[in-house]
Amino acid sequence: MRCCLLLLGLYLTVTLVLPLYTLLAKSLQNKDGHFVGFANFARYFADPAMLQSFANTVHVSAIGTIITLLLAFLYAYALTRTCMAGRGFFRAVALIPLLAPSLLPGLALVYLFGNQGIFKSLLFGHEIYGPIGIVMGEVFFAFPHALIILVTALSVADGRLYEAAESLRARPARIFLTVTLPGCRYGLVSASLVIFTLIFTDFGVPKVIGGSYNVLATDVYRQVIGQFNFQMGAVVGLLLLLPAVLSFAADRIMQRKQVALLSARAVPLQPKPRPLTDRVFFCLAAAVAGFLLLVLGMALFGSLVKLWPYNLSLTLKWYDFARAGTDGWGPYFNSLRMAALVAAIGTAIIFGGAYLVEKSRGAGRLRAILHLLAMIPLAVPGIVLGLSYIFFFNAPDNPLNFIYGTMTVLVVNTICHFYTVSHLTAITALKQVDAEFESVAASLKVPLYRTFWRVTVPVCLPAILDISVYLFVNAMTTVSAVVFLYSAETKLMSINAINTDDAGNTAAACAMGMTIVATSAALKGLHSLILRRVERRTQAWRKR
Amino acid sequence: MVEPSFALAQIELDISMTSKSPYLRIERVSKAFGDFQALKDISLDVQAGEFVCFLGPSGCGKTTLLRAIAGLDIHNVGTIIQNGIDISALPPSQRDFGIVFQSYALFPNLNVVDNVGYGLVGGKMSRTQIKARIAELLAMVGLVAQGSKYPGQLSGGQQQRVALARALAMSPGLLLLDEPLSALDARVRQHLRGELKQLQRRLAVTAIMVTHDQEEALAIADRIVVMNEGRIEQIGTPIDIYRHPTAAFVADFVGQMNFVPVDCESEGRVRLGEAILDVNGESPMAGAAATLCIRPEDIQIRGVVVGQGNSVAAVIERVEFLGSFCRAELRLVCGRRLHADFSINAMRDLSLAPGQDLHIALPADRIRLFPVPVSAASHHG
Repeated sequence: MRCCLLLLGLYLTVTLVLPLYTLLAKSLQNKDGHFVGFANFARYFADPAMLQSFANTVHVSAIGTIITLLLAFLYAYALTRTCMAGRGFFRAVALIPLLAPSLLPGLALVYLFGNQGIFKSLLFGHEIYGPIGIVMGEVFFAFPHALIILVTALSVADGRLYEAAESLRARPARIFLTVTLPGCRYGLVSASLVIFTLIFTDFGVPKVIGGSYNVLATDVYRQVIGQFNFQMGAVVGLLLLLPAVLSFAADRIMQRKQVALLSARAVPLQPKPRPLTDRVFFCLAAAVAGFLLLVLGMALFGSLVKLWPYNLSLTLKWYDFARAGTDGWGPYFNSLRMAALVAAIGTAIIFGGAYLVEKSRGAGRLRAILHLLAMIPLAVPGIVLGLSYIFFFNAPDNPLNFIYGTMTVLVVNTICHFYTVSHLTAITALKQVDAEFESVAASLKVPLYRTFWRVTVPVCLPAILDISVYLFVNAMTTVSAVVFLYSAETKLMSINAINTDDAGNTAAACAMGMTIVATSAALKGLHSLILRRVERRTQAWRKR
Repeated sequence: MVEPSFALAQIELDISMTSKSPYLRIERVSKAFGDFQALKDISLDVQAGEFVCFLGPSGCGKTTLLRAIAGLDIHNVGTIIQNGIDISALPPSQRDFGIVFQSYALFPNLNVVDNVGYGLVGGKMSRTQIKARIAELLAMVGLVAQGSKYPGQLSGGQQQRVALARALAMSPGLLLLDEPLSALDARVRQHLRGELKQLQRRLAVTAIMVTHDQEEALAIADRIVVMNEGRIEQIGTPIDIYRHPTAAFVADFVGQMNFVPVDCESEGRVRLGEAILDVNGESPMAGAAATLCIRPEDIQIRGVVVGQGNSVAAVIERVEFLGSFCRAELRLVCGRRLHADFSINAMRDLSLAPGQDLHIALPADRIRLFPVPVSAASHHG
């Protein structure tokens, strides 16, 4: 048991702590590897161009956050607090962006508002390439993340509070301000922190549609890949950690103020039909869902027409990747292979690790440290993690240097990148399993691994499937971390799409993006099918 | 109907009883969680076949002691000897016990048969032997028809029986019960309590049950270990604990008790207001203050003559009807208050009602004295 815990600790140290440490060290060194203190930072802040992209990043992140938060709140309110028609449909549509790589909205926006876009006139002469495009793309990209948090926050409500407010003759606006808003205050804050961080660190959207408008994430890429300036890349990478650190502090402060809103006696709120309100929210939700579908539909359409906008007849030629002068279908199978490996190995490591952290006895401090380590990846943007991996694994004196440029490093990196959410999912599921199972097994002289296989895994199977699908879909769509780590043999589909777009072939890039969406969607579909099967077969006990 | 193996166990049990070496010996066990001292120097012997209850308020350390015996939370100091073997350092899997938790901890994805047979599979028994053993266990707890059901489909009482059958499957020498009845309805609880005791007698298995319910402990235990703040306050048979509490905490925790401050006049005599009362047993030195304890049902009212020894004048302030008896609040001449339980008969015969003056007697052999200050008595005034 303790041995396994130590192994997990070693794994997290090698794949997370040491790379991040190398990044930190690099930012304090000069090109020859000598310690220079904060000289790199001083140079950074003395460079007006660099400072400009910092300001740019804050600017688009702030605007993007406000718009996303507003839309997501209204949408979440419509889903949870009204009786509008088609709530299931709207909920499903809102989650579509999760299936797409973040460059896809960028590509779609080029078709919609670019120089030859259908709706170019709506920009009144402004360019889509730049802050406008970035904000629009980021709203699409960040929307489902904000929505999930806000739907959760709004679902938890004590119906009795509303009855009390109504019986005291409070008007709807007052009830909203005194009951609804305070009730989801925490959700609002964490949603805004999460999406600010997401937008602040996203690479895909600004890469595709940013034009000459520089942001930190594209700066890192340019510094490292374009100019081989690793030290400056490390400095910018550390700056990208800023919002996560601020979020962490804010979260701590909030949590201290947060009190349990739901007591055991609370009665869940059942929304009552309000014809006018329901209709208004239906229109709002339809508009948002329409925007999401428009973006996705545009990317699909763009990938299917012969020559936008001159020849709109349909064709599948952009999906013939071999002819498009790129690497053919190789990257697609690389992506599939990586996603499958990440899902299989990652689920085993993360769920097994969470089990050890949650259920083993003794070694309390070690388990607490492991849990803390598992939380770190959430705060580390992909681009920073990718950078750390180059610094760590590409170092000639690292004995693990041989995995650099292989599929292994991509898999290990991606597992690490999406570790936290999977870990938390596993911990939540494990917490719901009776804490005394292990004690009972011990009293019956049954070895722990057998109880793990026979009881814990079957009971947690839905969570395990969730984790593996989450890992698979994210491995398919991720760009930011792996963009530093791929080699000619391990090029991934999402990266190929970026390169193809860079080369000016937007239609083929769209086709690649859509192939990823289709694969993710297919896997999600498969997941719900399997889940239903599994539930019928092995989860018979869940029925009463 | 006693199976041969149990009969054999009974013989062995008799031998060990006569030889008087305890089945379980706990010696000077202490356990700390960080700064919190959960167990303070606990020593206790449990005889084979005995049913012992650990009784105390929540946080008194009773569950910690049970978990130490199981090896689930290993104690810091002291030794635990089971059947002549020092098990202090052994992990739970190498100890000989079956355990039933308050939550039952039934595996939700396994049906009743698989739950009960969980510890049997993979052992030395053949498939048919296992099947027979499971059938025997299910018959024992009266769940023969429920074998293919999942725990979620059973009632609380049935789940509790499954947990019990699972714990007994390997015929452990020691059965540990961690508040096994407290998640059940009052009626089911009373019924299962009787069954549990019968089963334990029949199997002659040594059992230790943790409970915070004094009524349950009194009804089921051969001996009760009353615990408070990590210490053992008293060990004794239920009657012992109830009749002769050796500590004010026990007197207060088990059953109803009147606590009245008195002064010691001389050896065996105390002053309560104007009245002088005789007291059997030990009493503090003359001139010292003490606390007098007497149970409400021990206060006599019938046939008390004015001027009789140990009698006091009182007036009934309030009467609370409690079904089979009434609890009256009496005010003594000196202003002190006492609770007294009167049977419905007495209430009728003597036509007792609030405001009525009467003479009561506090029998000398029912009074216990504890030195002042008694922390437990403080809130009784």
